[in-house]
Amino acid sequence: MGVLDYLRGFRVTFDKLFEERVTTEYPEEKSPKPDRLHGRHVLNRYEDGMEKCIGCELCAGVCPAKCIYVRGQDNPLDEPVSPGERFGYIYEINYLRCIHCDLCVEACPTQAITETKLFEFSFTNRSDAIYTKDELLVGDDGLPQNLPWEDWRPGEDVATSAWMRATSPAGDADYVGTVGWSGELGYGVRAPEVGQFGEDPEPPAAEVDPVDEGGHH
Amino acid sequence: MLFGLDPLYLEDAWLAELLITVLKVVVAFALLLVAVMLMIWFERKLVSDMHNRIGPNMAGPWGILQTLADGVKLFFKEDLIPDKSDRFVFKLAPYLSLIPAFLVFAIVPIGGDFVNKAGVVRLFGHDTYLQVADPHIGILFFLAMSSMAVYGIMLAGWSSGSKYPLLGSVRASAQMVSYEAALGLALVAVLLQSESLSTHDIALGQAAAGPELLGVVPLPNWNLLVTGFVPFLVFLIAGTAELNRPPFDLVEAEQELVGGFHTEYSSIRFALFFLAEFMNVITMSAIIVTLFLGGPAGPVPIEGIGWAFGILWFFLKLMLFLFFYVWLRATLPRLRYDQLMDLGWKLLIPISLAWLLFLATRNIANEYDWSAGQIVLAAGIGLGLLIICTSLLMAAISAGDAHEHEEVS
Repeated sequence: MGVLDYLRGFRVTFDKLFEERVTTEYPEEKSPKPDRLHGRHVLNRYEDGMEKCIGCELCAGVCPAKCIYVRGQDNPLDEPVSPGERFGYIYEINYLRCIHCDLCVEACPTQAITETKLFEFSFTNRSDAIYTKDELLVGDDGLPQNLPWEDWRPGEDVATSAWMRATSPAGDADYVGTVGWSGELGYGVRAPEVGQFGEDPEPPAAEVDPVDEGGHH
Repeated sequence: MLFGLDPLYLEDAWLAELLITVLKVVVAFALLLVAVMLMIWFERKLVSDMHNRIGPNMAGPWGILQTLADGVKLFFKEDLIPDKSDRFVFKLAPYLSLIPAFLVFAIVPIGGDFVNKAGVVRLFGHDTYLQVADPHIGILFFLAMSSMAVYGIMLAGWSSGSKYPLLGSVRASAQMVSYEAALGLALVAVLLQSESLSTHDIALGQAAAGPELLGVVPLPNWNLLVTGFVPFLVFLIAGTAELNRPPFDLVEAEQELVGGFHTEYSSIRFALFFLAEFMNVITMSAIIVTLFLGGPAGPVPIEGIGWAFGILWFFLKLMLFLFFYVWLRATLPRLRYDQLMDLGWKLLIPISLAWLLFLATRNIANEYDWSAGQIVLAAGIGLGLLIICTSLLMAAISAGDAHEHEEVS
């Protein structure tokens, strides 16, 4: 380690002057988001416009941040809101508490709640941070509502239930590539995404180790 | 003769003297403030460039107004004074570090045609220098002011009534006192050559025709060359340490001492420290340019407005050092405290002392026209002394190291 080696550091920093900048100028320019980014939630509908939520409160039960408040009610007989017996008539998520862990999405038996890729939304008081069912429910076209205080960018409202469609709803690897979910308003029954095995949509079954498989159940 | 050797004060026109002096003070003050604003922006931008980043780019074109925005923000922030602080000293300290930074700039000649007109400029029909003051004590004023600046930092840390600022100020006093010795010794080498304390005379002396490279290429008569680089390097390193700039920023080492001496400061008082720090960078660069690179002296292609070229040369040389200081910050990691003290006491002070003796001997040899035999004799004695001193120093260092190991085990 001579004196010249010590001076070589100056060469390194000087050369940096002419190199390309790595900064992303955030508000003007945005990096592409990962497919499975966890953003704000949506409540989905069936293809006929019926709400998927049945008010079972499993999402509220599983939520580690206790940010979901759900109350179910019996469907009105003459004008049912959801196909089953009950529907969620109150559905609130407090985004000051939500940690976007997606456990509610995994818990939901009807895939009623999924997440978009939107994270750029802000509030100026605490009550605004609580999204109600009116705001969470998808519109008549099956797309999430673009609320005025949210900064939506193209592509953030598609593939909202990406994680769900990766494998089966139960997360069993046997069901990779098998459609095990209901249709959605505006989309119909969405095709499965490539699973976690990489580019190959149908991984060879022989590679699945029976011992490991047993561990899943 | 408070303002010294300026020809302005030889005239018998007190009103004109007063007005021109006030004008120079105001211009220097404004120039320095704007320069600090631009320097902070320049540093942030350049460091960003050296980090592959973009840096401030939102306020004004290329973010040039960022400092102004930060200044306004700091001005309107809440001003906190800790309960345990010594309130009077706490309030005094920022000014103790800011005012010396301002005053040093007053003795720097920033323009004038030094080649043809000895740096004299005609302002409103009166001859004067393009510097606020040219006192008789000249460069000693700079040393005095940089010693005063230590008090600002030391008292800031001491009066905060908090331990990290105290540690920072202890480091500051030790560091700045140690490096002031090397700084002064390097300075004496320059004074030996210029034979004057006045900054104007030092700049003027460097405007003359200098030594010739291989007898053909004329070189400027800069003290950088005349004193043989060593005092320049020592002055540059000791000056960086005196400024508490990286890699010598132990005083405010964020990773070790939160913010060092200014941890407890906020709002406008913090802004004053910040201002003083960057102002010191500019004034120290200006002093180095004056002492070693001939100040405003340089070729003057057009007669008549020669003083403008003086300003141009001065600022070109100044920019070089400002760039260098930012470059240092982007490149070098901070020294450990013992490395800092080793560098100061075991390397810089002995080197500058030995070089000073060498220069003095050379001057005496020139003056008394020594014969070859005398030169060889002097060189022999000098070499012998050097060897003895070096071995004594080495022995002392190794004895100290051995003692240190004893204490550890």
